Amino acid sequence: MQEFIWLLPTLPLLGFLSLAITGGSLPKRAVAAIGAGSIGAAFLVAALIAVEFLNSGEEVFVYQAWVWMSVGSFSPGFTFYLDGLSLVMMLIITGVGFLIHLYSTGFMFDDPSYSRFFSYMNLFVAAMLMLVLADNLVLLYLGWEGVGLCSYLLIGFWYENPANGYAARKAFVVTRVGDTSMAIGLFLLFRELGTLNIQDLMIAAQSEWQIGTGMAVACSLLLLGGAVGKSAQLPLQAWLPDAMAGPTPISALIHAATMVTAGVYLIARTHILFELAPSVQLLVAWVGLATLLMAGFTAMTQHDIKRILAYSTISQIGYMFLGLGVGAWSASVFHLMTHAFFKALLFLAAGTVIYSLHHEHDIFKMGGKRKQLPIAFASFMIGSLALAAFPFTSGYFSKDEILLAAYATGGAGVWLWAGGVLGAFLTGIYSFRLVFVVFFGASQGHHDEKEKTGFSMAAPLFILMMLSLLGGWIQIPVESVFNHGQLHEEHHVSALIHGIMIAVPLIGIAVSYLFFVSGALSVDKLMSYKFSKILHRFWFSGWAMDALYKYLLINPFMWLAKLNRNDFFDALYNSVISISRSAHGLVAKTQTGYLAWYLISMAAGLIAVLAVGVYL
Amino acid sequence: METIPTEHGLILAGILFVLGLIGVLTRRNIVFVLMSLEIMLNASGLAFIVAAARWGHAEGQIMFLMILTLAAAEVAVGLGLIIQMYRKFQTVDISVLSEMKG
Repeated sequence: MQEFIWLLPTLPLLGFLSLAITGGSLPKRAVAAIGAGSIGAAFLVAALIAVEFLNSGEEVFVYQAWVWMSVGSFSPGFTFYLDGLSLVMMLIITGVGFLIHLYSTGFMFDDPSYSRFFSYMNLFVAAMLMLVLADNLVLLYLGWEGVGLCSYLLIGFWYENPANGYAARKAFVVTRVGDTSMAIGLFLLFRELGTLNIQDLMIAAQSEWQIGTGMAVACSLLLLGGAVGKSAQLPLQAWLPDAMAGPTPISALIHAATMVTAGVYLIARTHILFELAPSVQLLVAWVGLATLLMAGFTAMTQHDIKRILAYSTISQIGYMFLGLGVGAWSASVFHLMTHAFFKALLFLAAGTVIYSLHHEHDIFKMGGKRKQLPIAFASFMIGSLALAAFPFTSGYFSKDEILLAAYATGGAGVWLWAGGVLGAFLTGIYSFRLVFVVFFGASQGHHDEKEKTGFSMAAPLFILMMLSLLGGWIQIPVESVFNHGQLHEEHHVSALIHGIMIAVPLIGIAVSYLFFVSGALSVDKLMSYKFSKILHRFWFSGWAMDALYKYLLINPFMWLAKLNRNDFFDALYNSVISISRSAHGLVAKTQTGYLAWYLISMAAGLIAVLAVGVYL
Repeated sequence: METIPTEHGLILAGILFVLGLIGVLTRRNIVFVLMSLEIMLNASGLAFIVAAARWGHAEGQIMFLMILTLAAAEVAVGLGLIIQMYRKFQTVDISVLSEMKG
């Protein structure tokens, strides 16, 4: 079965092709069958492969479909590399992807561009599978750009509204900054080590570079740039909140569960390189910490249900980066998986809320919806518990592992741990602020709407609820990828540390309860202070990052563009045109049409030539 | 027998040639332009004769016969064109016919 691994990207690609070629002429049921069916089939293949791979006891399976190009010693192939890490990623992408596709068949049913939606979605899944299964960085980069393209297409899916197009362009341009850095990183790696096959690259790097070599630092920094752009970490996080302009299933699939975690996957995949550059690895941790705190504070102030979830995604990926930075590779991948479960659940539930309430996004215009939207309420409850790391939900195990690993590194690790715990406190507040405001208290409008969920929308929610609750018990087979034969070390910490980590999210939830349900604390009272108002405005704007970029980058760029309105290079080429045009005019004037004039010039020419012949 | 010096013959040919050229350039009636062309052709023919006499070769005279034939053919074609032109434009003034300008 394993040799059928090439089917994984091919099935969604076929789905994309058939939907793209028919161009919306198929009936909606057929579109749904192709769109969701191709991903379902891919999931079945992935599951069969996984069973066989795990039973075989092999650590790695490589399958070469064909050689892509061959230039000298450089011959990247369509080669698929299966190990524990790509196995986990492949199952998340096809599994969660299938659930989201199934959900979309109901959610998008009224949309006129039904077929276009599924063709983009299928293309996305194909590119994402290419990314995680690639055995060389060139193929990985192909998938990397493919998912970026699909992200752009799907954010701007409702292109009639110019704001959506703007959001799509913003996402594309900002991630492009990271992608460029990554491309330079690939060039540098190839020049230094002469290969782009990931495993060969890691072996070569280990044997040729000392720990902390300048070249290792440069390469890992450049790859980190790519990861930061794709995973919406500081300082390239500005695109993700705006990316919520796309349909909600897109936010669940691309901007929560899979694509934005590609950066985490990249760093985990090349972790040996990062181990050779400890300073960069530490930087990864600090970037993660700064991002998770920034996004946590911002999420507390947002009104838009999807923007809250978007900032929460940024924050949770911050945790993954924190884990990567302290060397807790498997914990980060574990958090990646549980996050895919509960964040997909939250986004899909948010989609149900928005869909049922006629595209209402403002949580303060909902209120008291727990009877009206029971499935969405249950989903949000479970998803938020997992997000806030409530004991024994899936998020608890993964976040716990990351924070323990941070604590265990000692030194700066304690500070990273403390920051992470503060982030967990914020997570408790903002996730339950959302739940309490939407589902508790008095209804703030939309009293009469019923919950609109057919089977296709409810079933994925139930499955994801189970996964969010119980996903923490799943053992992911990545030990062999990260430990290199060393034994896994248990982190022994005092009961106090454990107690703090369990208690802090609960305190966050309690604070949220006091504010938004019991009314013991009042937001209005808090907002009456001038200082808190300024703070609120600052956080609400996402730490004024957009304004900062506007003044730092966009305005100078616009100024330069204005300065160079008459493009210098254009002027160069235009001058060639105008010179030859005036020369043409000059020569055309000699064609008077008078015979005598021609004869005179002929005679004069003859005399001149004769004179030259005679006297020279 | 007293021979005419070569220079005299060549000077005469030159004068004839320049006269013909001036005629071609200044005349506006196309019939006169054609006649001036004939003068130029004959001037060059004369130059060939003079050169042939000077070197005692027959090629110059053969060349002159060829020029005569050529001039006859040229006149036939030229006159035919002139008749067509007159039919079409009702004029023999070439300065009117500057349609190929620029």
